[in-house]
Amino acid sequence: MLELREVFLRLGDKQVLRGCGLRLSAGERIALMGPSGCGKTTLLRVALGLQAPDSGEARCSFRRIGAVFQEPRLLGWCTAEENINLVLSDKAETMRDAAFWLDALELGEVRTLYPDELSGGMQQRLSIARALALRPELLVMDEPFKAMDEALVLRVRQTVERSLSAAALLLVTHSEEEAQALGCRILRFKDGRFE
Amino acid sequence: MRPPLRKTLRALAVLLFWLLIWQLAAVLAGQELLLPSPPQVARRLLLLAGEGEFWLTLGRSILRVLAGIVSAVLLGIVLALLTHRSAALRALLSPLMTLVKSTPVASFIILALVWLGRDVVPLFIAALMVLPVVWANVSAGLDGIDPQLLELARVYRLPRGRVLRRITLPSVLPHLRAALCSALGLGWKAGVAAEVLTVPARSIGKRIYEAKVYLETTELFAWTAAVVLLSLVIEGLLLRLVKGLGKGENGHA
Repeated sequence: MLELREVFLRLGDKQVLRGCGLRLSAGERIALMGPSGCGKTTLLRVALGLQAPDSGEARCSFRRIGAVFQEPRLLGWCTAEENINLVLSDKAETMRDAAFWLDALELGEVRTLYPDELSGGMQQRLSIARALALRPELLVMDEPFKAMDEALVLRVRQTVERSLSAAALLLVTHSEEEAQALGCRILRFKDGRFE
Repeated sequence: MRPPLRKTLRALAVLLFWLLIWQLAAVLAGQELLLPSPPQVARRLLLLAGEGEFWLTLGRSILRVLAGIVSAVLLGIVLALLTHRSAALRALLSPLMTLVKSTPVASFIILALVWLGRDVVPLFIAALMVLPVVWANVSAGLDGIDPQLLELARVYRLPRGRVLRRITLPSVLPHLRAALCSALGLGWKAGVAAEVLTVPARSIGKRIYEAKVYLETTELFAWTAAVVLLSLVIEGLLLRLVKGLGKGENGHA
């Protein structure tokens, strides 16, 4: 379970989070929606343990957490396949897993290419493949379908939807349709707090 | 003509040009004592190369200076790791490294001769010249690790060994390579200079010093040529080794 209680956070001069609370159990799917700069990404960072709140509490009991950030965060010196293997254990079957997830995200033909040889959309799909390959208990995604055309977004969304099974999902998006397609309960966020 | 062949031919042409200038200067000087000609130096170098003592001397000098360079590389890496963790330690060490870099090497050689045995001075001096360069470059590599990748490692709970292998080393190796490129020649030349001033037994520096004392200009040139050739060979070999090391993790830069 992921639980945020009365989270306050100030970054520089700006009070970014103002008493946010959130509870996400296994299998539950939540989409955070709101205008740009309202603190959604900061809330995800607190949830992922990357940012400590000034006050309040952030607790997460999920052990395997997959994350898709706004930027793909790939290792430039590793191939697409090696980028997926990074999060898997160093066993032989990881190679098969990596190949499976690359195919699932339509990246099978670029498995030996390096990130700078891939388009922005491919890099983002690779980041999604890496998160799914972990078979996460919690998947956190921050505007994951950027830089992809509409038809591709549909296919990738279906792959994510099918792969989630019992995993919890915390999604940041600007698209209500996207949230609904992934079966998310929508929470509206504004000025550092839920509306 | 293939580009590598053209490059080699051009390099040979440049070398030939300067050898001709040297030959011309030697003819103008008119005395071997003042300036020996390239064939005279080559003949002396070949004669020296026929003696077992020549190779023993080279071997001892190489070992001495390489020991200094290797120790400095290891110490530089360890210090960079420590100063990356501690800002206070970095603040303490940083001026010391600047001081080492800006002090004339001759001052250090004389000081080291007071503190240490003459056999150890060249090793110490080579190490001293290499250390600040390695420390600064490895520190820059550690500072340059992408914080977003470290966050990724944290979220995915990657084991420390994997973070070191897949994120830290590939970020630092290009900087270490650059450090070795500039530090190897520096260390080797400083080490030989220290040998000239401290004249340890069986050393290139001692042979250069003796050549100078007995006005054996041709021998002085022959030993200097040996130093230059060795420097090129050692630098080439070590850089190939370091490039090989880098390729495993960072072949795609």
